[in-house]
Amino acid sequence: MVGIVSYGTYIPIYRIKTEEIARIWGENGETISKGLGVKQKSIPNLDEDTATIAVEAAREAVYRAKIDPTHIDAIYVGSESHPYAVKPTATIVGEALEVGNYYFAADLEFACKAGTAGIQICYSMVKSDMIRYGVAIGADTSQGAPGDALEYSASAGGAAYIIGKKGVIAEIIKTVSFTSDTPDFWRREGKPYPKHGGRFTGQPAYFRHITSAAEKIMEELDLKPSDFNYAVFHQPNGKFPVRVAKMLGFSKEQISPGLVVPYIGNTYSGSSLIGLAATLDIAKTDELILLVSFGSGAGSDAFVLRVTDEIENFERKPGVWEKIEKGVFVDYGMYVKLRRKIKMGD
Amino acid sequence: MLPRFWRKIKYRYNLIGTKCENCNTYYYPPRNLCPKCRRKSKIVEVKFSGKGEVLSYSVIHEAPENMKDQKPYIVALIKLEEGPIITAQLVCDSSEVKKGMKVKAVFRKCGEEGSAGVIYYCTKFVPENL
Ligand SMILES: [Zn+2]
Repeated sequence: MVGIVSYGTYIPIYRIKTEEIARIWGENGETISKGLGVKQKSIPNLDEDTATIAVEAAREAVYRAKIDPTHIDAIYVGSESHPYAVKPTATIVGEALEVGNYYFAADLEFACKAGTAGIQICYSMVKSDMIRYGVAIGADTSQGAPGDALEYSASAGGAAYIIGKKGVIAEIIKTVSFTSDTPDFWRREGKPYPKHGGRFTGQPAYFRHITSAAEKIMEELDLKPSDFNYAVFHQPNGKFPVRVAKMLGFSKEQISPGLVVPYIGNTYSGSSLIGLAATLDIAKTDELILLVSFGSGAGSDAFVLRVTDEIENFERKPGVWEKIEKGVFVDYGMYVKLRRKIKMGD
Repeated sequence: MLPRFWRKIKYRYNLIGTKCENCNTYYYPPRNLCPKCRRKSKIVEVKFSGKGEVLSYSVIHEAPENMKDQKPYIVALIKLEEGPIITAQLVCDSSEVKKGMKVKAVFRKCGEEGSAGVIYYCTKFVPENL
């Protein structure tokens, strides 16, 4: 059996409310908050970046797995905000976890689905006995241009998953990807902020890819939405995952345990993976979970997971929702300082 | 700076020290010889849990150039649960810090050589309940 052996998450402590961002740009905060389904978002501290978030999430996963870190044979870090353009984040994680030097490693980039792409790579490497354990991480400190719609949701956080054969808490029954060349969202080399195709990001991008991947995996396994206990869809805002769940025939009850975006924003590569972690936090033996990520550009990775009885003895505290509740609110002035949006003198 | 930092990465990313197995004393930074046992020293490398408490602290208001954006920040003397005392940055609101406060180690950025240079990572501390 190949699947998730452990998981860990990290959400930076600072938060800013949608209303506070709207106040600066002369928008109606309540309207925007309701329209996006995002009440607040997380912000990294000055000394935090994708590498520190990845390390903290991975350390929690290793601690909970109770495995020897030198048995980790592969590390993949998915992000659209790696601290370096050239120089991997994965090696920083490997050193911080003390995995030794004989391990496979690479950084991945596929907008918000680079973390689930890492899980697919680790899954196939474990399945083919190339590695004992693989760590797949989705982490980001994403930025939206000041005043842009993305500024209300682009946030920071990450999740790490250890994939293996021993001590599996959630078996990966199958994974399917749906991929197409769709320029709905992008960031050119050397540019600080991404651009997006406005309304183009909805139907032809998010909804088409998620429904195609979800329908395909259910068809191949002969499963229907009511067979699942939970479903987690990528969460660019609070509206899209709710709408896509409805389109596919999933209920609010199935998605609500993992719907974290209204309280922390869109953590990009961390988004669906933090949602999955929040769901695993309450999952019981034999429960079935559907996970579907989405990355602009574009693609969706779907996974069907079955929770095993190993989860009953697995350390799940502190839970994702506990971490979400610990936020410290800052104003827009502090936010632009923390995100280094202020032009400093020489 | 770069080669010196690179050689010490292991000790900056994790709290690695030594333990004398003859007298069960822990040391940080690592030592090759136990001052108590001298020739009877039995030194092994150990990784500390990262848990500890604040013995004393200073709130830094006059910060060097590279720390200006973080002021006021806290530098604390932290007693690790294994015994050794270390000096490190404590990331926490300066109005919340107090002696005896329980803290835990975290992985953070501790500097960079400008916007185009290398980024340095190291161990800092935060309140344990975070
Ligand atoms: Zn001794």
